[in-house]
Amino acid sequence: MSLPVLKAADFASDQDVRWCPGCGDYAILAQMKKVLPELGVPREKIVFISGIGCSSRFPYYMNTYGMHSIHGRAPTFATGLKSTRPDLMVWVITGDGDALSIGGNHFIHVLRRNLDINIVLFNNRIYGLTKGQYSPTSSEGQVTKSTPMGSIDHPLNPLSVALAAEATFVARTLDAHVKHLGTVLKRASEHKGTSLVEVYQNCNVFNDGAMAYAQEKKQRADNVVELEHGKPLVFGKENEKGIRLVGNHLEIVNRSDVQDDDLLIHDEKDPNPSIQMMLARMRYPEMPEPIGVLRQVEGVATYNDQINDQVALAKQKQGEGELEKLFHSGDTWVVN
Amino acid sequence: MTTKKEVKSVSGITVRLAGDSGDGMQLLGTQLTNTSALAGNDVATFPDFPAEIRAPRGTRAGVSGFQVQFAQTEIFTPGDTLDALVVMNPAAMVTNIQDLRKGGILIANEDGFTEKDFKLAKVDANPLDATVINDSYRLIKVPMTQLTRTAVSEHGLSPKIADRCKNFFAMGLVYWLFGRSLDPTLRFIENKFGRKPDVASANVTALRAGWAYGETTEAFGESYQVDAADLKPGTYRNIMGNQALALGLVAASRLSNKDMFYGTYPITPASDILHELTKHKNFGVRTFQAEDEISAMCATIGAAFGGTMAVTASSGPGIALKAEAMGLGMMLELPMIVINVQRGGPSTGLPTKTEQSDLLQAMFGRNGESPLPIIAPQSPADCFDMAIEAWRIATECMVPVMILSDGYIANGSEPWKIPTTDSLSHIKIEHPAGIEAGEPFLPYLRDENLARPWAIPGTEGLMHRLGGLEKENETGNVSYDPANHQFMVETRAAKVANIADRIPDQEVFGESSGDLLVLSWGGTYGACHTAVQRCQQAGHRVSHTHLRYINPFPKNLGELMKGFDRVLVPELNMGQLRMLLRAKYLVDCIGFNKVQGKPFAVSELIEQIEAQLASPVAA
Repeated sequence: MSLPVLKAADFASDQDVRWCPGCGDYAILAQMKKVLPELGVPREKIVFISGIGCSSRFPYYMNTYGMHSIHGRAPTFATGLKSTRPDLMVWVITGDGDALSIGGNHFIHVLRRNLDINIVLFNNRIYGLTKGQYSPTSSEGQVTKSTPMGSIDHPLNPLSVALAAEATFVARTLDAHVKHLGTVLKRASEHKGTSLVEVYQNCNVFNDGAMAYAQEKKQRADNVVELEHGKPLVFGKENEKGIRLVGNHLEIVNRSDVQDDDLLIHDEKDPNPSIQMMLARMRYPEMPEPIGVLRQVEGVATYNDQINDQVALAKQKQGEGELEKLFHSGDTWVVN
Repeated sequence: MTTKKEVKSVSGITVRLAGDSGDGMQLLGTQLTNTSALAGNDVATFPDFPAEIRAPRGTRAGVSGFQVQFAQTEIFTPGDTLDALVVMNPAAMVTNIQDLRKGGILIANEDGFTEKDFKLAKVDANPLDATVINDSYRLIKVPMTQLTRTAVSEHGLSPKIADRCKNFFAMGLVYWLFGRSLDPTLRFIENKFGRKPDVASANVTALRAGWAYGETTEAFGESYQVDAADLKPGTYRNIMGNQALALGLVAASRLSNKDMFYGTYPITPASDILHELTKHKNFGVRTFQAEDEISAMCATIGAAFGGTMAVTASSGPGIALKAEAMGLGMMLELPMIVINVQRGGPSTGLPTKTEQSDLLQAMFGRNGESPLPIIAPQSPADCFDMAIEAWRIATECMVPVMILSDGYIANGSEPWKIPTTDSLSHIKIEHPAGIEAGEPFLPYLRDENLARPWAIPGTEGLMHRLGGLEKENETGNVSYDPANHQFMVETRAAKVANIADRIPDQEVFGESSGDLLVLSWGGTYGACHTAVQRCQQAGHRVSHTHLRYINPFPKNLGELMKGFDRVLVPELNMGQLRMLLRAKYLVDCIGFNKVQGKPFAVSELIEQIEAQLASPVAA
């Protein structure tokens, strides 16, 4: 029996979408609906879990199972669900405040456990739902409602955090680059283990254009380097620039000045995240920022597999549990 | 081995073993308990240990104690005053001597009473030399360290290891004194130290040497015997509250044909539930040690969403962290169990001591109108039944159920009459079946219990979204409609309130009317019951009723209180149940409140009951 062929529209719930007109979230929602039918997973086998924030309304708009949970905790709900229902495909939808501020702890731990779920982190570098306070990814000096004299926090880079936790899949994409976005979401879904996808997402109300250097087509070529496994790092309108590794740092070179062999070849499969970390740390305006898959390492056991394997092993070793035997274990005595 | 000395029959003995945290007193106590239980006595225990793993040796802060009462009659508490006290050092002596009854036996490890030990215990002189001690108690000084060293010398152990055997020497002596069989402990040593044969045989030697010392020393003229108790027929085992909770959970999981997910974060005194459950993975138990309390709670909710029996446990501070997620669990209307093994509060409080001060937290410790069912086991063995009951209520009503245990019953133990598996009733759970795509599904349509369907991911056509935003009735869609919000708040409250229709009526021990009713809840059952029993024997018109269902209260509770001139509510808090009773029934209950990290003594309850009876009834 073949599965019914689903279309993007089949994944739309009957609820009105209520993000601000022009919000980057629409593009992510559209790409998700486009990608899911390609995966061949029935809708009832898919669960979206979110925290709190603009992005976290996402599950309401998907015709799948879903849970709009509490602030910062989406990965933990996913842990309970996926550990007990490994048959489900679980997506976590989160934002920069949700994942990196209030939920920072869970974010690290779900990544190091390598639970087989996909996390999509909408990074707009601002608190939107609470109307414009700075977030953990806001730039230093950024003036917001809560930082009239400029933010004095040093921003957190989600990719660096994920790599430090040795996540097995780490990627970045852009809401404005829909084709790339779709491809990365699909690759994330195919990865066994925790996949983290950071999406640069424009908040056109409270932080419009914060990532215009990467989002706008005209600027993108010079400020973004698209990573491809096994390929040299090149960028620029004419692909005229490249990145090479010198000692322990990366530098921009003109391809006319060097051999292509001298450029850094991207290796997303390297279990050692050191060079991937160097890529994650490339920040505009000093360096182009990487998009694409920074890291995709296979063969690391997933938390859900292991927790279920232990149950299977215990049954094999001790036999299927019997209450009678359990109750009578240890010293007992009989009163007549 | 049988004694050649005189044996005196007594109906019960209360003994406390006190020493340094490293002296193995908990082990000694557990062994004495199990041995007494196997001898057919009714037993009740009270382990009392410091929060520090190894407080400086020899100091008062490092004293660890274990109290056990074993008796030939049914008992409900580990006893108020001690018939015998074993102390390994001066710190243990000065912190425990006040509980030894006049004329009681005081056994001291003489070798633990040196100048250095006095200094550590902050005592000026050897307390064993005090006239008042020698006049008040039967003091028996035993050079346990020396005698143990001599006894185990043949095993060629290092002095450090040899000295560790002295708790077994003490055990042997105590066993002789109370006519206990060595066999269960010999079996225990074999199991525990089997891989280290030299240590095992040294411990056996020390145990036997302790016994032989009792038999030969002139200090003891007689030993004591406590005959088997007249318990209900059946097979028994000794069980601690946390252990009973764990077994009850496993049973509930089996009775409902569900695998269990247990998400938790280590915290005293709840961690032993995790330690027990993680041994039973072959029952389909998945344990998750989370990164924090919040994660533990949320993962539990996630597992519940997936259709698994989901449980979490903590103590007061952890429950505080879980509060927001518990509110979500209530809003999502998913079944799960949240256990609070209460300890002394507030804040970090007294982690290893008992208290009942989280009742109002359980009732009201979440934002918004968020009532949850609350039940409270009354004794270690009752934890088994209440775990099953919690899951029955949770699944019948689609709601998180709170179990309020406490440190006293969690670590205390008593004989548990093992139920036959067919005496446990099946817990029926139904998940709605799949439907064709396009057919309507209403995730918040309710049944006669006001429970919504437990539709689980993976079921065709039932895709729905849950969330913490207010739901529209029936559809579950987000709704800001004012009337809908009021309706939903009232419905969720009614759902919990209606549980009163399906729980047993409150029973009374004694007459249904009289001068005074003692109304207690949770872990204080044993002390309250015993106190009322004695007052009744003394001719007082006193009855006892003990709540195991706290929210909602049993339906007849208000009526029941009306039969008495006075209602006395003893609690290990500042009057939390009393506040609830007053609010609901407008009954002017009298509080008897203790917050010392210790359980009630029967004697102080009797004193309080008699004082109340002697005072005029409030108009």
